[in-house]
Amino acid sequence: MNEINEIIKPGNYLMMGNEACALGAIISGCRFFAFYPITPANEIAEYMSIYLPKVGGIYIQMEDEISSIASVIGASWSGLKAMTATSGPGFTLMQENIGHAIMTETPCVIVDVQRCGPSTGTPALPMQGDVYQARHGSHGEYEIIALAPSSVKDTFLLTIEAFNLSEKYRVPVIILSDALIGHMMENIEIPNISSIKIVNRKKPLKSDVSQFFLSEDVAPMPTLGSGYSVHITGSTHDEKGIRNVYDPTYVNNLIHKIYAKIHKNIDDIVKIETRYLDDSKVLIFSYGSVARSALHVVKWARRIGLKVGYVRLITLWPFHDKLISNIINKTEKIIVLENNMGQIINEVKRVSQKDTEVKFLPPKILGTIHDPLYIMENLRKFMGE
Amino acid sequence: MYEHPLAKYFRKGVRQPFCSGCGNGIIAQCILRAIDELKIDIRKIVFVCGIGCSGWISTFFNADTLHTTHGRPLAFATGVKLSNPELKVIVLTGDGDGAAIGGNHLIHAARRNIEVLTILVNNRIYGMTGGQVAPTTPHGMRTTTTPYENIEYPFDLCKLVEAAGASYVARWTTFHVKQLISSIKKGLLKEGFSFIEVVSQCPIQYGKYIDIREPAKLLLMLKDLSITKDKVKLLNEKEIKEKIIIGEFVDKEVIGFSKAYKQLIIKARGKIE
Repeated sequence: MNEINEIIKPGNYLMMGNEACALGAIISGCRFFAFYPITPANEIAEYMSIYLPKVGGIYIQMEDEISSIASVIGASWSGLKAMTATSGPGFTLMQENIGHAIMTETPCVIVDVQRCGPSTGTPALPMQGDVYQARHGSHGEYEIIALAPSSVKDTFLLTIEAFNLSEKYRVPVIILSDALIGHMMENIEIPNISSIKIVNRKKPLKSDVSQFFLSEDVAPMPTLGSGYSVHITGSTHDEKGIRNVYDPTYVNNLIHKIYAKIHKNIDDIVKIETRYLDDSKVLIFSYGSVARSALHVVKWARRIGLKVGYVRLITLWPFHDKLISNIINKTEKIIVLENNMGQIINEVKRVSQKDTEVKFLPPKILGTIHDPLYIMENLRKFMGE
Repeated sequence: MYEHPLAKYFRKGVRQPFCSGCGNGIIAQCILRAIDELKIDIRKIVFVCGIGCSGWISTFFNADTLHTTHGRPLAFATGVKLSNPELKVIVLTGDGDGAAIGGNHLIHAARRNIEVLTILVNNRIYGMTGGQVAPTTPHGMRTTTTPYENIEYPFDLCKLVEAAGASYVARWTTFHVKQLISSIKKGLLKEGFSFIEVVSQCPIQYGKYIDIREPAKLLLMLKDLSITKDKVKLLNEKEIKEKIIIGEFVDKEVIGFSKAYKQLIIKARGKIE
């Protein structure tokens, strides 16, 4: 804790989103960070390379994003909290080993500071094109956690939350930031470190049976070298980690368990911010950087007497069907704002009632923030005014 | 009842998964004998392995094993070792795993000189997937995916790793068990990147193309093909290409990566105090 005081003291700061992410990680107890240079995530690595050695942690620049996430998984099994950061192209390369982290139930945090794709695309402009990649980017069936910050302060808090959730549920947690949030300077209040809740993974006791995987209640995680002779594999395995790639009941059991681990605890995991819901005729539904424009327009609409409500997903995945359905189905009209061609809207439509009108509104120009005027024009049309 | 002298190192209820006559059994024994002779506590060793037949060598060792993704064991091992330098880390990889899909990780692990012992099993073919051509398959050979002939040339992995900066580099075949055990012992004690290439027999997939399916004959073939590095100068270039050059190629003391990182931490902390 004293070491952290050498890096940052409680108080108000003007800070970039990417710096807030690095600070959140250090305060969470992250002591291993692997990285491959990519815009717009570089500042996270630059700050981590300064901070980590000062707190006795490891910063390493690997040869690519594949090895960055691989070394993060190795570090996590050696007992350290570990993170990597990247953007679209690197996030795609990481999908292989994100699958490995899912399969081996390895706590780790992956920050995707989204940029415009596909391919190399436009590196320094924001887009929300990786929402489905976060959910389904690796092959096979799995469930994952993804969080979307809307401000610099949010980035700090959600990085801590990401570590806590990953440690608690032994699952990789993805932070879906974007070029706007990552590079924006904003005021942030850093609280007293001792007031921040930090969760650490459950470790086995010597007397425990050798069951280190596939528990709906999250199995304890041994540290390499601590005498448990643990067998960790990305192949289909049983509760002890022993491979069985012949009998389909094993893969059936595995997939159901890694699903159940998340879904049984979905109420604890999912966070959604709502405002002005009670009398709203229309909901503006958004997440991430887009929620900034959304909130601005909702407040403006309220001032001029339009009954508009605000829903912001903080947790994108898992998508909490029941909770979101309850929130949105009190209103007949929903506008979903996304800086893409429509990703989360498909989930919104899936859980909305038949007679609910769901409208999609990307920014006028993709890769830019939604202009509040443009949202207001469309909102008025949608409300029939 | 006869018990295997190394039985104390076996994981209960897990059988070795290899085809009859596979070289991996020999290599597994050599690893366990080296550990046994050095009296290292196997619970302080982490085996990190890739995908392919070689990745299964440690599955029946009663030790911590991290079975990773194809080609990536060295990247995982880098994280394991840096995060707990007290651990001894052995990477088990193959010629497809370590030289093709994982080739980039191999050269960078060697360049960083991370304190990991890498045992690369080179059976000169993709065995598990049915005998496809590998970056180590001899020129001119037929395989499942070179039905006419292999027009590519094989890698000299020891030269590659030496050029990248490894502290210890050796090559043996599964015939040379004494030398292999001795090299594994050296590699385990080396404080830098150690690389041992073991040219191994695959009676099923490689054997079918050269029409030698008896493991013993394949071992004798490896013996006949092998020449020690000091005899290389007696041969012309064409003759060398057909041979397996065996021996120790590098054995030097250079600071390992995790040790260098410890020094960096002291330096970084010094600035703030």
